[in-house]
This record gives sequence, structure tokens and C-alpha cells, in this order.
Amino acid sequence: MSDFLFYLFAALTVLSAFLVTVSRNPVNGAMYMIASFVGMAALFLLLEAYFLAALQVLVYAGAVMVLFLFIIMLLDAEKGRTIRPNRLTTAASTVGGLLLVLGLVYFTLGDSAAPATPLPAVTELPKDVTPDNIPYTTSSRSYGYGLFTKYMLPFQVTGFLLLIAMVGVIVLSKRLDASGDQAPAKTGGLES
Amino acid sequence: MTIELNDYLFVSGLLFAIGFFGVLLRRNTLVIYMCLELMLNAVNLALVAFSRFHNSMDGNLFVFFIISVAAAEVAVGLAIIVALYRKRQTVMVEELAELRN
Repeated sequence: MSDFLFYLFAALTVLSAFLVTVSRNPVNGAMYMIASFVGMAALFLLLEAYFLAALQVLVYAGAVMVLFLFIIMLLDAEKGRTIRPNRLTTAASTVGGLLLVLGLVYFTLGDSAAPATPLPAVTELPKDVTPDNIPYTTSSRSYGYGLFTKYMLPFQVTGFLLLIAMVGVIVLSKRLDASGDQAPAKTGGLES
Repeated sequence: MTIELNDYLFVSGLLFAIGFFGVLLRRNTLVIYMCLELMLNAVNLALVAFSRFHNSMDGNLFVFFIISVAAAEVAVGLAIIVALYRKRQTVMVEELAELRN
């Protein structure tokens, strides 16, 4: 049963990811992207990473793709003109992608030292846990434990990064006045 | 036959290859950006699979950081694309070639 679910969701993820790259309309591409992210969340569930599956749906399929759709519709990017990729670009990208797949097949289908079966996951963080060795658990408590002990500095740096990104977005999307590089548009709208 | 680590790695690598293909093929900046997100997601899957099969929490915590950095990156990148569109009225990479000459 678990095998069947893996094949189902892996096929869903890969197929919709491929449709993102070939769909003519960016809005359709964004919709396939959401399907791909949901399939990925299901694969996370099969790996018993429940917290990350919820995070995937909330952050990627929710926030990020809404932002993408918003910008696509705001810019109205496909106003009747689509530049078809020329033959050289198509051939080069196909060859590049196929080379990656070839290397992948060579590495994953050969015999490897990778462990075949995972240990059964514990549901609770054990009492005698140390920051150096946090075992795989399905509880979100172990995420908190890891973030606040072993990864304390990266966690704070990430928070600072989010603050910088926020300030940067505000600066980038603000229209500069006469003292800046870009004069404010007289009539509003997008022409400048 | 049971699902092994290699199967997850295969799916992850396939997704990465598809994202790479899309980045090379497409001409629309927004679609290129979506394909970049696809590649980030493929790496996330590989990290979670490694962490599950090696019974360690570290990979999952990396994925946590990757998701937050990707969210910040999307916000900044889309702001740049909007600023570019305001100046040039296009998002196609063919028409954004000032640095060529």
C-alpha cells in the first residue's frame, strides 16, 4: 500500500513539474506547480516528516504560489506575444537535462551502500537526547529542540535574513522621487 | 519490493533535472523563477529522505532553513522582476540584453 502511494505521488510530482516547464501560459504553469508542491508534501508524509509536509503546503503551495500568481496577473506577461524558444536552445536544454538524468540513472540504479530500509520512527523525543545527536522523530517538538540548541545561530541569522528581505522588497518596490534615479509617474499606472 | 532510499533520490534527481531543463528552455523570467523553486524543492526531498534513512534530524532542520530562505528569495526576486517590468515593459529574457554590447 505504501509502495503504491509512493509511485502515485512521485508520478504526480514529476508529471506536474514537467508540465510547468512546457505549459505555454504562466498561469497554467503556476497551477501545475501547486499540484507538484502538494505531491511533494505527500512524499514528505510518506517519509514521516509531518511538520515539513504541513510547512510545505502552507509556505510553498500557499504563500509562495499566491505571490507568483499575483505577480503574473499584475504584469499580464502573456499579452498575445510569446517568444518561442529557438531550435538551438531547445536542443541544448534537452541535451543538458538528459545528461543529468543519465548521470542520475547511473548513480541510483547501480548497487550502493545506501541503507535500504529506515528504522521505525519514534513519535516522541527521547529523554536522554543531546544536541549532537538528535534522532529522527515525528514530533514537531524535536524541530524546536534542534533549532534552539544545535542550530541556534543559523536560526537567528535566518530571522535577520527575513528582516533584510522585507526591507529590501520595500526599497525595491518603492517609487523613487526626483532626488532618486526614477522620477514618479505623472499619470500613475505602469508607464514611466 | 519495498521503497528504498535510492527511489526517493531518483525522484529528487528527476525533479532537479526537470527544473534545470525548464530554466534553460523558457524565456519568461517568471517561469524561469518557478523552475528554480522546483530545483530547490528537489533538494528538499533528497535531504528529508537522507535524514529519514539515516535516523537523524539534521536534514529536516536544513529543509526548514531552506524553506524560509526560499520564501525570502521569492519575495525579493519578484520585487526585482516588477521593478524591471516598470522600467522595460517586458519580462522576456531575450529583450533584456543591455549587457551584451
